[in-house]
Amino acid sequence: MSNVWTIFKRELSGYFSTPIAYVFLVIFVALSGVFTFYIGSYFERDQADLRSFFQFHPWLYLFLIPALAMRLWAEERRSGTLELLLTLPITMTQAVLGKFFAAWAFCAIALLLTFPLWLTTNYLGSPDNGVILASYVGSLLMAGAFLAIGACMSALTRNQVIAFVITAVVCLGFVLSGYPLVLEFVSAFAPEFVVEAVGSFSFLSHFTEVSKGVIDIRDLIFFVSLMAYWLFANAGVIELKKAE
Amino acid sequence: MVEIEHLSKLFGTFKAVDDVSFNLERGEVLGFLGPNGAGKSTTMRMITGFLAPDAGRVRVSGDDISVNPLKVKQRIGYLPEGAPLYGEMTPRAFLRFIAEIRGFRGRQRDQAVDAVVEKMNLKSALEKPIDTLSKGFKRRVGLAQAIIHDPEVLVLDEPTDGLDPNQKHEVRTLIKGMAKEKAIILSTHILEEVDAVCTRAVIISAGRLVTNSTPAELLARSRFHNALSVSIRSNTVDDMAEAFGALPGVASVEILQAADGCVRLQLFPAGDAALAASVSELARDRKWDLEELHVERGRLDDVFREITAGDSADS
Repeated sequence: MSNVWTIFKRELSGYFSTPIAYVFLVIFVALSGVFTFYIGSYFERDQADLRSFFQFHPWLYLFLIPALAMRLWAEERRSGTLELLLTLPITMTQAVLGKFFAAWAFCAIALLLTFPLWLTTNYLGSPDNGVILASYVGSLLMAGAFLAIGACMSALTRNQVIAFVITAVVCLGFVLSGYPLVLEFVSAFAPEFVVEAVGSFSFLSHFTEVSKGVIDIRDLIFFVSLMAYWLFANAGVIELKKAE
Repeated sequence: MVEIEHLSKLFGTFKAVDDVSFNLERGEVLGFLGPNGAGKSTTMRMITGFLAPDAGRVRVSGDDISVNPLKVKQRIGYLPEGAPLYGEMTPRAFLRFIAEIRGFRGRQRDQAVDAVVEKMNLKSALEKPIDTLSKGFKRRVGLAQAIIHDPEVLVLDEPTDGLDPNQKHEVRTLIKGMAKEKAIILSTHILEEVDAVCTRAVIISAGRLVTNSTPAELLARSRFHNALSVSIRSNTVDDMAEAFGALPGVASVEILQAADGCVRLQLFPAGDAALAASVSELARDRKWDLEELHVERGRLDDVFREITAGDSADS
């Protein structure tokens, strides 16, 4: 456990010793503001809630999280530090978790920095802060699922651009899998239960459920098991492709 | 201390390492030689637990690395090829990170970092990002992370590669300084290095171990071993080659140079015959002005080429 913490600290401080962290944070906060006020019609809706803020998170994450995740393993592989890291007395699980938690904590910091929106809403009206908190939790869980996919894809290649594109495409699949576009495509050749299974993998529907203010154990299990699955795959991919 | 038994590694159908075995004891510095792509790095990656072997095993102080990876990794210090480092970190932050992973906490951690900084002379570079350091400093940071926990076994993959002569000398001095209390494996393709720091040389070629001997034994295999270099101040070669060739114990004579008032010859002995005395006697009798006469120890690059010829696969 202490090794996970040591790797976590190194990774997280690594973000802040390069411009990546600041660029990411500024863009995340600025874009979420743009989405909320212009596209989400925050004022026009005349409602004291943050729905217009949260509803765009899946789309915001779709290109921001792959950008955050792409360097996670690809950079280690490119620079050769993967060999250094994995010959230290740590387990693969510790390495995978340490790096993942650092990236996830970074997402949490980005989310926390959107607090002025919360303050504004509380100043203008009296929103249900329980719902807002649940939405934040749901958003963070979704970010974790995106990140776990990104971490696994990043382990596949030493090229960060490829990692970015593949992650974005897979994440898009998970976001859209509740949409008719995807479901109709799948139903063209797969039986009904497969179509339903695909539909149930939608980030969008699970996130929408959570952001209504009810943290259902099923949604929690969905995101956590998705993270666990992709991180498990992440460890496997590294093990397999170490020699390359 | 380090036992390597029948190690093999396949990449697809390509046998990168093929049944390599050797042992290493404390106090030994083993030079790991071979052409590029012969399997040096792959072998070292298996010894340090980065890659799992397809066959065979690696044991350090009796523990198998595939059974007890963490225990064995804790006993090994490793400098991977090219000395990869986290470039955005400062040496201090990086060494603290390594020390923590190696199990040092709090004051202990800072003491371990301070000690290794002292030993590697890193003080002046401690607070600059590693990316901005010179190659020599980077290599010293790489060595520092490898020895911070005072490991029993040190594995160094081309530790002097890409350094200037002064830096090479510096790194070799550091290695020699640690040789007594550790078992060290270092790979190199600089043969002078083997002579300078190693107590044993293992040559692998196309994945197979072809030689495991001391540098002196390797030198003895050179055709230049005990050969005599002779320089005579003279404008004409005359019958020098024939006269030297007629001496007992001389197998053959080569004229290397005959110009600028100097004739240089190379005399190869038959067997172990010592030639120096009879050569200088002959030169005196014939009134040849002998300028230089020395016995060669042998040439490692010669032996190396001979042993590994024909299978210099490119990596």
